[in-house]
Amino acid sequence: MKYLQDIGSYFLMLKRVFTGFTKTSVLKHLIFKEINDLIISSLGIVAFISFFVGGVVAIQTALNMDNPIIPDSLIGFATRQSVILEFAPTFISIIMAGKVGSFITSSIGSMRVTEQIDALEVMGINSLNYLVFPKIVALMFYPFVIVLSMFLGILGGWVAGVYGGFTSSSDFIAGVQEDFIPYQLFYAFFKTFVFAFILATVPSWQGFYMKGGALEVGKASTNSFVWTSVLIIAANYIITQLLLSS
Amino acid sequence: MIKVEDVHKSFGDEEILKGITTEFDKGKTNLIIGQSGSGKTVLLKCLIGLFKPEQGRIYYEDKAIQDMDDEQQRKLREEIGMLFQGGALFDSMNIEENVMFPLRMFTKQKKADMVARVNEVLKRVNLENVNKKFPAEISGGMQKRVSIARAIVNKPKFLFCDEPNSGLDPKTATLIDTLIQEITHEYDITTVVVTHDMNSVMEIGEKVVLLKHGKLVWQGTNQEIFKTDNEDVTSFVYSSDLFKKIREVQLKEG
Repeated sequence: MKYLQDIGSYFLMLKRVFTGFTKTSVLKHLIFKEINDLIISSLGIVAFISFFVGGVVAIQTALNMDNPIIPDSLIGFATRQSVILEFAPTFISIIMAGKVGSFITSSIGSMRVTEQIDALEVMGINSLNYLVFPKIVALMFYPFVIVLSMFLGILGGWVAGVYGGFTSSSDFIAGVQEDFIPYQLFYAFFKTFVFAFILATVPSWQGFYMKGGALEVGKASTNSFVWTSVLIIAANYIITQLLLSS
Repeated sequence: MIKVEDVHKSFGDEEILKGITTEFDKGKTNLIIGQSGSGKTVLLKCLIGLFKPEQGRIYYEDKAIQDMDDEQQRKLREEIGMLFQGGALFDSMNIEENVMFPLRMFTKQKKADMVARVNEVLKRVNLENVNKKFPAEISGGMQKRVSIARAIVNKPKFLFCDEPNSGLDPKTATLIDTLIQEITHEYDITTVVVTHDMNSVMEIGEKVVLLKHGKLVWQGTNQEIFKTDNEDVTSFVYSSDLFKKIREVQLKEG
């Protein structure tokens, strides 16, 4: 019963987020601030993880290829497919659920605990629009993070493959270009947008409706990570089934 | 003036407010007092619209909140200033941005005019040279004064204060009380203060409303509160040793 109530309150929250808009000049300022907090500040960790995981994918593929019939270009092909289809959109989103999701929940939760949200409401400001809408807009730039992750993942694979002595540069690049299907990029970016929406709204809901003090802010942040991850995984499955299965 | 008519509010099965009827006068500091759990903060939150009463009506200058549409309620809220117990200053903004916030949201003033108004109200609450500091960098008493500055910057008609001097030393608490009273008279606004501090009652209680278990049990002025024989009042007022001794002296002197 509580889960049904929670789902209901999540959708009611969304309704309020998109009504009673804050003054445009203020909103513009908030959106730029959120782009900095949520997108720009995540680039470092995303770049680091993408580069090294891409490298690991290339090494793992190379080490598991003991059949001489399989061409070396498979290393590049497998790295591209793994990075573009799953690693960059899904795995990075799970990491972002921990980084950005916890940040959103704890910042909104702290505002709840210290009555800052009440202060907004008393002033006649739609606090949900003021707090959540800029986060949704900012996270619509999230695909740029994923593009960076895709590029660095494949670059990491190339560096590990070539400099690790597993393949030649030309074989790796030939593998990256082999059987490229543009629709798979559409699939990857479509789910990135869905994950971005989940990343902005689920942690906001956790923070906005939390009750209690500092301890509960911590609990809400943990719940936020768990539920955001669960929803991203579930959405990933559904989207993959809908868009890729024939 | 704010009129409260038979207001009831429950949470689950527990009825917190049991038919409160009273008036808060314009140009006066009106105090809601009572023990913890008596329902005073719930009444305040009903007054400012954070809670909706199940029954009863609240009138702001003869217009009931319940009859107002969303736009009218939003307009009314622009006329309300609120001082929260913990100050509720926005952590991510400096003092100037905090005080300027209502002006940015509700007016079309130029930045220079807004800054001038911010400096004016900060000076009024005896704060200067703190504009660029963040809330975490100033003391609790200063945070309360900044919060008062933010509450009055847009010239409100109604000022609400939730336990304005909790967590403050007696001297700073008196300063805050005095400031609230001076601002009430200066701006001729309706001020409602929730407190359980008897010093505040003595200092600024031009009208005092006593709640007990969600019921209004007494109302009068800070002069009358020490003369009444109402049992609820005496048990609340004389619960501290200091006031017990004052009572004994009063009784001895007839």
